Amino acid sequence: MSTEQSSGPRTMYEKIWSRHRIIERADGQTLLYVDRHLIHDGSAPAFDTLRERGLAPRAPGHIFGVPDHYVPTDTRDVRAIADPEKRFMVESLTENAAGANITLFGLTDRRQGIVHIIGPEQGISQPGMVIVCGDSHTATHGALGALAFGIGMTEVAHALATRTLWQAKSRVMRIVVEGALAPAVTAKDVILAIIATIGTAGATGHVIEYAGPVIAGLTMEGRLTVCNMSIEAGARAGMVAPDEVTFAYLQGRPYAPQGRDWERALERWRGLVSDPGAVFDREVTIDGTTIAPMVTWGTSPQDAVPIDGRVPDPDREEDAERRQSMAQALAYMGLVPGTKMDEIPVDRVFIGSCTNGRIEDLRSAASIVKGRKVWPGVEAWVVPGSRVVKEQAEAEGLDRVFREAGFAWREAGCSLCLGTNGEVVAPGQRCASTSNRNFVGRQGRGARTHLMSPGMAAAAAVSGHLVDVRRVMAGA
Amino acid sequence: MRRFTELTSTAVPIERPNIDTDQIIPARYLQKPRDGTLGQYLFHDLRFRPDGMPDPLFVLNQAPYREGRILVAAQNFGCGSSRENAVWALQDYGFQAVIAPSFGDIFRNNSLKNGLLPVVLPAGVVGGLLHLLQEKPGEAVAIDLASETVRLPDGTVHRFEIDPFARHCLLNGIDELAFTLSQIGEIESFELRYGRENF
Repeated sequence: MSTEQSSGPRTMYEKIWSRHRIIERADGQTLLYVDRHLIHDGSAPAFDTLRERGLAPRAPGHIFGVPDHYVPTDTRDVRAIADPEKRFMVESLTENAAGANITLFGLTDRRQGIVHIIGPEQGISQPGMVIVCGDSHTATHGALGALAFGIGMTEVAHALATRTLWQAKSRVMRIVVEGALAPAVTAKDVILAIIATIGTAGATGHVIEYAGPVIAGLTMEGRLTVCNMSIEAGARAGMVAPDEVTFAYLQGRPYAPQGRDWERALERWRGLVSDPGAVFDREVTIDGTTIAPMVTWGTSPQDAVPIDGRVPDPDREEDAERRQSMAQALAYMGLVPGTKMDEIPVDRVFIGSCTNGRIEDLRSAASIVKGRKVWPGVEAWVVPGSRVVKEQAEAEGLDRVFREAGFAWREAGCSLCLGTNGEVVAPGQRCASTSNRNFVGRQGRGARTHLMSPGMAAAAAVSGHLVDVRRVMAGA
Repeated sequence: MRRFTELTSTAVPIERPNIDTDQIIPARYLQKPRDGTLGQYLFHDLRFRPDGMPDPLFVLNQAPYREGRILVAAQNFGCGSSRENAVWALQDYGFQAVIAPSFGDIFRNNSLKNGLLPVVLPAGVVGGLLHLLQEKPGEAVAIDLASETVRLPDGTVHRFEIDPFARHCLLNGIDELAFTLSQIGEIESFELRYGRENF
């Protein structure tokens, strides 16, 4: 294990790592300093641990809380949460934050939203930081050039009490996406193509640095989408080098540095980029020009194919274990091998989540929906990722586009991505979803999830089946 | 944290790869209080049919495995969501160790911090063990953490590796928070340096 920084060229990961290294244990584990700790309404057990041990959050000024997992998206009234255990999760976050002087963006606050949407949106997440949150999609914040880890509840308690986290140094995988994307191909298609290529455990034990012209050409929101799904490839963190796109995105946000601090921060941030000649433990190159709009057919995010493809045939798979798990996935999904992906009908459409609940996602979906109607019998929802996103969309008239087409226009939260708030897809129903996981039962028991981009989900909503968004755009 | 030294127990095979934490405990039970009873939700949708009746085909509902304390799983066990409830549900049910060729990173970490021992053995060894447990349900496996070895029903002994600090914590039932708190002076002096450099 290479724990000492070398004098040679260093990766961005090594630079952030060494800047945050407090001490090392004999076994090579390093105590890392935490710049920002984000908490959500699943954090009650960590506060229980602190109370049991007579501890309080050590540095509440760097902790930010927001309810997202258990909040209803048809109202902003906590009392409307019928299940007392779910209501308790939201209420206990409010109490725990107030008791420890932690900044809380509560349910009626303008800044409320999904924790991974609001961190970047408020400028809380910044380049060069170590960011932790008790949620596996924390990798999202790495899009800003930060080292952001999803952690478990014991680690949340540890980070609250000490502002630190023990970590073994990861290997670093660089994924270079070459070339340029075809029209209507989005960040979501890029990350689904990456996961389909390297597999759901392809980056286990690694931190991913996404690079190359396609990544550099993405907007900040697109990069957030890519990094968000790093855990779906097994990586605990994903990151993108900060550049002018990053700085333009951050400048002027409420918690971003201002004035002279901004200038000093820029200087620091520009130095974070991996040095030329830095050595990566693994390099993967993907040709961006070959990426088509992607959809999943199975129950793992790696089960993704281009929309013009077909449901694969397990019998043509050589590996016996893989053959069996494909067959199980197809049985769960109610799909027959050889079926054309664009002939699969849908019952539900979900546009939202920490993967694709940002303003650009809603603009992209609205551009497809405009002037069209949700297919009869399809129930389609838009759940903005934050209230800021919702208000921006309303200012642009996107809510009217969705509503006039027959979409439900809802309040911000995690909602149908995992259904912790009780909003679920019914057993056997098929959902075109912009979220991040198509696991068995993820959107509700027996629910069948197909992952895709916002434009593709919108196209499915107005077509009644999975469809190539480019065909809808062409009016076919 | 629960102490782990050695354990000999019936091993319970779950052959499917990529068992994610949503399958270990579905999201709709995450708000359930941590009161030692989360075992009832373990593998809920695999274990119980939609009508609530146990599915006789699922391994936990089969008689030879009832007292099993060691789970044997395929590759990438515990991938996906960071929910530590997955570890708590396994422990509340009675599991004290999971043997697999590979684990989801966060799940593995969460396991170590709660005293659920994650044992990584080569894929071929685990594949053979899964096969053997299908052929001879109820066979026992012995795990010894001090020597980092597993003895399989066929008598073969295999070595596994655990980070020394985690091993020390597991063997003694102590968690790392106490250790970190003893290092608060180091953290404070780091903070002084760090503040000067960064702001």
